[in-house]
Order: sequence, then C-alpha cells, then structure tokens
Amino acid sequence: MSAYKIIDHEYDVIVLGAGGSGLRAAVGLSEAGLKTACISKVFPTRSHTSAAQGGISAALGNMGEDDWRWHMYDTVKGADWLGDQDSIEYLCKEAPKAVIELEKYGVPFSRTDDGKIYQRPFGGMTKNYGNGIVQRTCAAADRTGHAILHTLYGQALKHNTEFFIEYFALDLIMKDGECKGLIAWNLNDGTIHRFRAHITIIATGGYGKVYYSATSAHTCTGDGNAMVLRAGLPLQDMEFVQFHPTGIYGHGTLISEGVRGEGGYLVNSKGERFMERYAPNAKDLASRDVVSRSMSIEINEGRGVGKEKDHVHLHLSHLDKNIIESRLPGITEAARLFANVDVTKEPIPVVPTVHYNMGGIPTNYKAEVLTVNGSEKTVPGLMAIGEAACVSVHGANRLGSNSLIDLVVFGRAAAMRAAELVKPGTPHEEVSETETEKCLARFDKLRNANGETSTAELRLSMQKIMQSKCAVFRTDKTLKEGVDEIRKVYDGMESISVKDKSLVFNTDLVETLEFDNLIRQAITTVDSAYNRKESRGAHAREDFPKRDDEKFMQHTIAWCNGKDTKIDYRPVHKTTLTNEVQYFPPQERVY
Amino acid sequence: MVQINLPENSKVQKGKYYKDTTGSKNIRKVNIYRWDPSTGENPRIDTYEVDMDNCPTKVLDLLNKIKSEIDPSLAYRRSCAHGVCGSCAMNMDGKNGLACTTPHSEIEGDINIYPLPHLKVKRDLIGDLNGLYKQYQSIEPWLKTNTKVETTEIIQSKKDREKLDGAYECIMCACCSTSCPSYWWNGDKYLGPAVLLQAYRWIVDSRDDERKERLKKVADELKLYRCHTIMNCTNACPKGLNPAKAIAELKKMLVTANL
Repeated sequence: MSAYKIIDHEYDVIVLGAGGSGLRAAVGLSEAGLKTACISKVFPTRSHTSAAQGGISAALGNMGEDDWRWHMYDTVKGADWLGDQDSIEYLCKEAPKAVIELEKYGVPFSRTDDGKIYQRPFGGMTKNYGNGIVQRTCAAADRTGHAILHTLYGQALKHNTEFFIEYFALDLIMKDGECKGLIAWNLNDGTIHRFRAHITIIATGGYGKVYYSATSAHTCTGDGNAMVLRAGLPLQDMEFVQFHPTGIYGHGTLISEGVRGEGGYLVNSKGERFMERYAPNAKDLASRDVVSRSMSIEINEGRGVGKEKDHVHLHLSHLDKNIIESRLPGITEAARLFANVDVTKEPIPVVPTVHYNMGGIPTNYKAEVLTVNGSEKTVPGLMAIGEAACVSVHGANRLGSNSLIDLVVFGRAAAMRAAELVKPGTPHEEVSETETEKCLARFDKLRNANGETSTAELRLSMQKIMQSKCAVFRTDKTLKEGVDEIRKVYDGMESISVKDKSLVFNTDLVETLEFDNLIRQAITTVDSAYNRKESRGAHAREDFPKRDDEKFMQHTIAWCNGKDTKIDYRPVHKTTLTNEVQYFPPQERVY
Repeated sequence: MVQINLPENSKVQKGKYYKDTTGSKNIRKVNIYRWDPSTGENPRIDTYEVDMDNCPTKVLDLLNKIKSEIDPSLAYRRSCAHGVCGSCAMNMDGKNGLACTTPHSEIEGDINIYPLPHLKVKRDLIGDLNGLYKQYQSIEPWLKTNTKVETTEIIQSKKDREKLDGAYECIMCACCSTSCPSYWWNGDKYLGPAVLLQAYRWIVDSRDDERKERLKKVADELKLYRCHTIMNCTNACPKGLNPAKAIAELKKMLVTANL
C-alpha cells in the first residue's frame, strides 16, 4: 500500500467526533494537560448535536421541587428496566453540576422570572417517583443543542484543542486486544493519517441513516460503531431504535417534544386527543416509545389523517402566541419550511420517525469500552461516549432531553478517567504495519470498486428494508424477512461501483465507506431484534407482547464479521453506585 | 476602462452535458460549477437534465438526486437537511443560501449553482472557510466571567437574555460574509458580518465581565469599520438574522462607551 502517503501523529488521547460529547471530552482532556487531538469528518458546529431542540434534563429544581433520585427513577422506568442503574445514578446525580457548568461556559439558556435557567416539562419526567409532572428539562428556546454545541466549540478553542477537520476515520489500530489509535483519511488533500494514542475516545454519534425516514443528519452513519465491529468487538442493544413521535410527515424533520411540553397535543382523524386513552395520566407526555406505538395503532386502525390516512396532527395553535414566539421559534420555522404550515393557525402533520439509537458500544459509567466474553472486562485504550456508546443509561427507550445530558456527563467522565489512566507525554509503543495494511486494503478495494450497482442504490435498498421490516411494531415473520433481505444487500457490495477515483473530497468514496459502516450496523440491528423474543421499550414484538424479565432482562451483545453475527447476552446491572439511592426493582410500566 | 480578468487557470469552461434518460416530460436544466484540484483542469460548468416529477422541493433534494442517480462524483457538503447545521451553504441563482431550505420552484429558468462567492474552492461546491473560522476564534467566543459561585447559575434577567436573540442563533454558514463586497475585498483583515455578529453576541451578554476589552479589540479600522452598510449580509442570512444591525450597534457602542 505504499501508493498512499502516510503521515504519523502521536497524542496522549484522541477523540473521534466533535459533537457534544466529543467536544466536552476534548475540553476536559485539554484542561488536564493531556496532548489531545479531536478528529471529525465535519466542522464541529455541523455535528448533529446542533439539531437537538427541546432541552437538557437535570434536577435543578428551578420550577418547583425536584430530586435527582426522581430523575433516576424516571430514567430507569423510561428504559423499561434495561438500563444499568449504577450508570443511571451517576448520570442523574452529576446532571445538575454538568448543566451549571454549561451555563458558566456561556450557553444562552432561556430564563425564569427570577433569572434562573428555565425548565420545561418533557415526556416521562415526573416528580416523586411517577406522581405528577415535573419541569426538569433546561432549555435555550427550542435550539438547546445548537446553543450547547456552539458554546462547547468555543470552550475547545479557549483550551487550544487541536482539531483535524474533514478527516474521515477508517479503522482502529488494535494490538493484542488493546486500542493504539486510528487511521484516517484527510479529505482536504487526500493523505492518510495514522494517529497513535494511549486512549482513543469514540464519539461518532448514532446510525439513524440505516433507515429511510429519520430525523438524523446525512452524516449519522455510526462510523465508530462499525470500526468497533471490524476490530472484533461487540455492540450492545442494537435492536432498540427510538422512533420520535413527531417527525414532519413526508420529510422527517424533527418537531421537538417541547411542543407537547408547552401544551401541544396529538389528534387523530376523528378529532380525538387519543393519547388520553393510552396514557391516562401522562397523556401526550408519556415516553416516546409509548406515544409512537399509540400513533401507529391509530394509523393502523384507520384513524390517521390525510389522503392516505397515514399520519396524525400535532396541534399547538391554541397556545399563547408569545409562548410560541419565545419558546418554540425554531419549530415554527421548520413547520413553515417543510410542511408549509403556519403553526399559529394549523396543526403540523407528524408521523413516528427514526430518531435515536439506544444501542451502541458497551461501556461502564467511566466510559471505558467493555468486551463481554464470559466476563465483563474493559478494552485497554478504548472509550466511547454519546450516542455511539451504550453505557447503558437509556436501556430500551431513552427519555427526551436525556441525550444532551448524557453527552456532557459522560464526555466529562471520559476525560476524568483518561486523566487518571494516562500520564502526559508517555512514550508510544511500536505498532506493526499489518493493521495499517489491512485498513488500507479495504479502503483501496472500495476506491477501485468497478461494479454495476451504485452506492446510492444499495443504500436505498437497505433503508427500505429496515423501514419495513424493523419498524415500530415487529413480528417473527417481518424480522426473519429482514434478516434474510439485508444480507442480500450486503452481498450486493460485491458489485458496488465507485465512479470517482480521486482522493480530494471524494464524496462518492466517503458515502461508500459510510455505507460499508451502515450495512454492518443494519445487520447487527435486525439480528438482535430477531433474537429478542419479548416486548420492551422501543422493541415491540406483536408476537411477544409482554416483557419477559426472566429471560430478557439482559443486554444483547452482538459481534458482526461481514454478514455473520454472533449474539450473546449479559445481565443488566442490578445495583446502584452508592447507597444514596436504592435499586429500583422492575414494575409494570404504565404512564 | 479597467478590465479585470480572471487568472487563466480560473476561467470557467463549458463542461459535460448529461441528457435526461428517464423520458420525463418535466425536465429542468441544472448548471453546476465543477472543479477537481487533482485533474489540473480549469473549472467547468456541467449541465444536468433533471426529471422534476420525481424530485422533492428543495435545491438540496435536487443535488442529492443528481448525485444518487446521475453523477456520483459531484461534491458538496450536506448534513442536517433542515437548516440548523449550516453545511450546505452555496450560491443558487445568484443568491447565497442553504440548499436544504431553498425551494427550487422559486428559481426561474435554468438553475445555476455555484460555491459561495469569493472563497477559495476546495472542490466543486465546497468552499474553503478556514479563514472565517480563524477570525471566529480571534473574537474569543467563550464567556469570560469573574463569578466565584460554582454551584448555581449566573442570574440573567429575561430582558438581558432577550438581547442575545437574533445573535446566538447564527449557524456559521457564511452566507452573509461571502455576500459582502467589503469582505470580498478585505476578507483577510475585515472580520465580516458573521464574525462581527458573534463578537456582538458576547459583548451584549450580561454575564460577560470583559465587555470593554472585547469592544476595544474589535474597534479597528479594518476589523470593524470596513463595514460600509451595504446590507447584503442581512439580505443573505437564511436564518433571518440581521448582522448589519449588530454591526451598527457595535459602532454605536464605540461612540458612547467610555473605553
């Protein structure tokens, strides 16, 4: 592979990804005096964190009494008891500190009358262990993710973090089960870069683009997840894909849960507020899996709206105009642009849309990656954070506004743990060329692929299969079809075509590499779903409608080599981190 | 009269013509600026005939359709597809905007698509924004506070928070700066509307304790006063922000502030 110019770098720690979690980690690492590189395929403020709207959860208690233990209970319940309670305790206890820190960084939070951070109600967020609604979600209007991302980028600049922007990561460098860094392709000039590091932190986000209709950005291709699979390590709980109740019909643009938090509600073709039937207490603010299923049932039973009766309406025209203007300006603009709707007069057409991956790279609460072969042990040199990771705090279903807090709490945790593990300036071991050669062989093969099928065609087939066979409701039959059909798409890679052979901003090749990443995750997702014969959180099996704690209160662990997967399970952590809170045993989950 | 010519290697040539293969009756011609640094060739304009019966409404959809179905080598940035990430800023029909929020139905005749004006081109529609990003860093976009309190937020009244509206929403797409003739001319020294709007955002943040230092830093013949109130920036902003007004406010503050 001498044809490629290889440039070597050495860092104490490298962070792959520059969204909310990657930037927060990079800031902490730089503060700790570690030589840090942050590598990203897009400029940091283009990351998908910018699209988060509604807010970031933390029991600050600015709008009435709140307690991090209540937040913990809500998260455990939202997760349908698949979350690890030690990690959830850590998340909820650290959350208020993390939000205060963001405010000090400069995040322009909306304010209460007495000048504190404004908090709004959100799905599944309750007081006193499920007894009434609490206002826990801290908001910067409906642009909270954007505000946080830009602020964190500013902090990274303040700490002189070294960025490698528009570098596309290809593979991890592994040696005897330890991670030694990664290899990336510089899109700006076509060179290949080898980054050696004592710790590599993966912060590459989710992989929503395996589906046809998703709120996810074009760049949400889970590149880090796929790198982990290629390194022979497993992914966890990949069957748990969150459908957000309110994506704009036909376009997929996200309409924040904050709309329902501020008093908006869903209506079917009969003009009924149908959520009252499915969740008598929380109604439109039940957790997302519950609302998405209820909408799907309404549509399946013929009570959808529109020509095809295939979506429902989200009403907010009854809200005070000042509230819409001050707290929901972003979705007002989105509804106008993508649904041609004036929200002060008309409802928004919405449909459940793929939004978030609860599954990902298994880690402990210190963000260290776990490999689970018989016992739980960490992979030296490798960490994962953010949507790419499965800590697991979200279990089978994430609560709205728990993802932004996940980013900053575990981004910070990763930096602190790395600072414990690595002494700045520690020399690097030699790594053999075999890993580089293997990585570049794959790169070169795809670059020179001269088949008949375009990457776009294969990507579309994959997305349509996932959309129809691994959706809100699943059965043995649809999943089996999915398991078989997705492999045919994988086989289609044999005849893939890459027309562009150049190396500078070759986006044809970028998308082919992204597709290679996506298809592995699609296979892992549908196989994991096929094997979980119960209903839990976002995984709803019509043929197994009940949760089965005896058999399945376990995390799915899936390895994937090409199109071959191996599925195993590991028990959910049933202990808390400290005795400040007691373990919440499984209960029936009603809202 | 002075004739200003482009350098030889920047002259745009006629490129390839991609005829429709679908047999559609509803065809539009899309002319796109193409340049690949690895070929050593001059930039060219390729023309694509696109079947509009099967194309969603935005210019980005049109580009995606061309890339997926006609020519995978076309290079452009894209990510969120709903106007919050700022990736797909480009020049469409002579106007800067985001491809993901610009309806192609608003463009009459052939659809002409170019990179943002007066940037170095990296490839096709991908402009080099590194200069702008460095300028952004130069205004130190982070909160500078002397507060010692660590356990609670800094109190900010609703009224003070409102001052940030219209400034913090900037997505750094560079549509404004690259539409500004003054920035075209002095882009290396003049900060331009995007960066000045961000300078303003930190100056008016009631939580920041270095307002005066920030103002002093920006009070410069070239950094600030190259703004000649042309207003192209405000016209170009796809988020409806008003950088020209922020710049005017900065100038006003400098007149009244006791620095």
